[in-house]
Amino acid sequence: MATAEGVMQRTPLYDEHVKNGAKMVPFAGFEMPVQYTGVKDEHICVREAVGMFDVSHMGEFVVTGPGSIDFLQKVTSNDVSKLVDGKVQYSCLPNGKGGIVDDLLVYRIAEEKFLLVVNASNMEKDWNWLNENNSFDCTLENKSDDWALLAVQGPKTSEALQSLTSVTLAEMKYYTFEVGEFAGVQGVMISATGYTGAGGFELYVRNSDAPAVWNAVMEAGKDHGIKPCGLAARDTLRLEMGFCLYGNDIDDTTSPIEAGLGWITKFTKEFIDGDLLKKQKEDGPSRKLVGFELVDRGIPRQGYDIVDGNGNKIGYVTSGTMSPSTNKAIGMGYVSTEHAKTDNSVYIAIRNKQIEAKIVRPPFYKA
Amino acid sequence: MNTPKDLRYTKDHEWVRLEGDVAVIGITDYAQGELGDIVFVEVETEGEELDAEEVFGTVEAVKTVSDLFMPVAGEVIEVNEAIADDPALVNSDPYGEGWMIKIKLTDAGSVAELLDAEAYEALIA
Repeated sequence: MATAEGVMQRTPLYDEHVKNGAKMVPFAGFEMPVQYTGVKDEHICVREAVGMFDVSHMGEFVVTGPGSIDFLQKVTSNDVSKLVDGKVQYSCLPNGKGGIVDDLLVYRIAEEKFLLVVNASNMEKDWNWLNENNSFDCTLENKSDDWALLAVQGPKTSEALQSLTSVTLAEMKYYTFEVGEFAGVQGVMISATGYTGAGGFELYVRNSDAPAVWNAVMEAGKDHGIKPCGLAARDTLRLEMGFCLYGNDIDDTTSPIEAGLGWITKFTKEFIDGDLLKKQKEDGPSRKLVGFELVDRGIPRQGYDIVDGNGNKIGYVTSGTMSPSTNKAIGMGYVSTEHAKTDNSVYIAIRNKQIEAKIVRPPFYKA
Repeated sequence: MNTPKDLRYTKDHEWVRLEGDVAVIGITDYAQGELGDIVFVEVETEGEELDAEEVFGTVEAVKTVSDLFMPVAGEVIEVNEAIADDPALVNSDPYGEGWMIKIKLTDAGSVAELLDAEAYEALIA
């Protein structure tokens, strides 16, 4: 799993990316496509039609055994008992100090078998953390090197992919999954999830099947305008929806309550940091993650200060970009709670200027 | 990659076109490709005299922001208004409509000391 410094891993789709003219960059230890035709073009393609991302760098851990539910109840913030077979849940791993180890998806495959999908950049940290906290005798397996993950996203995804599978895609509910035949490959996990807000599916396939599935999707999507898309568009798409990105908007120093992730933090059960987070929720956090739109020209970037009308620092930017859908400069950041109200004016310190921004409630784009 | 022979270049990926004692400055085809979709070019140094390698503005792409450096010393006498309205011109025509500033050269001979097309191509190869 761990690689020597400087040695980049490649996903099984590396050759497809190069063939399609992708610009490859290092990301979380992998050589990943950052863009093909251009971030705006790919972004709009996902919003209006369908695009495909290689996200095989993501980590997949399988948890099995009679203690699985108790284990996951302890280490994750969301309530795993609400899951049934075939259902997915967004959650996070509290770090024992009020921060977040990682955010993740939890899939219930069977009563005593779960799949955890984690960020590539945190894979080793997550693996160690989960094993340290496995006092429930669960079996933990890291399948990350065996599985590829293709995210096919956009409003035309169901139409584009239906000819490849007998699973009725349009009828699948958000955050559910089915295992079935796809593009002639047995045992593909078809998951109605994604990180774009544009609808679509994520396909978990074995590494050896990944190129064939990739090419079958490209072929099937041709008449629907499918394009391969890179990590740059994935980032602008998620940011338009106000979805958190680990390492930007959440990390080991931010709590799920501050980050607006109270909806996946359930005090109906005991879990790591449960008491601490409950108190924080009751007392109200001293700062909050907010969305904002710039009123004047400029682009907010991660790390820029957020200041009040008198130039006093009240927070910092965690993510920012020019929204390709709305052509507005948008961002997210932490601000002290008294400044966090929707429609409140704050100022982003961009180089030598302070640019007015208005607090808005994400999503920044509505389909 | 397009690298016109009649221009001079810097290691910071700016190009310079000499027009008498005025130099037109922009960023190279390679630079626009690396930056990706450009969404905002900010130049607020019009009328200022700047040294070589001083920052004359910034270019914002969707993913990243980058400073723009003076290839040679001079006074910024004109800023391309067209790219304020349509920054994508820098992507589509970096050596033409996507030019950024015009400067009055402090030293007319300074441009000749910059990289020629061949040297710049070797740099980005």
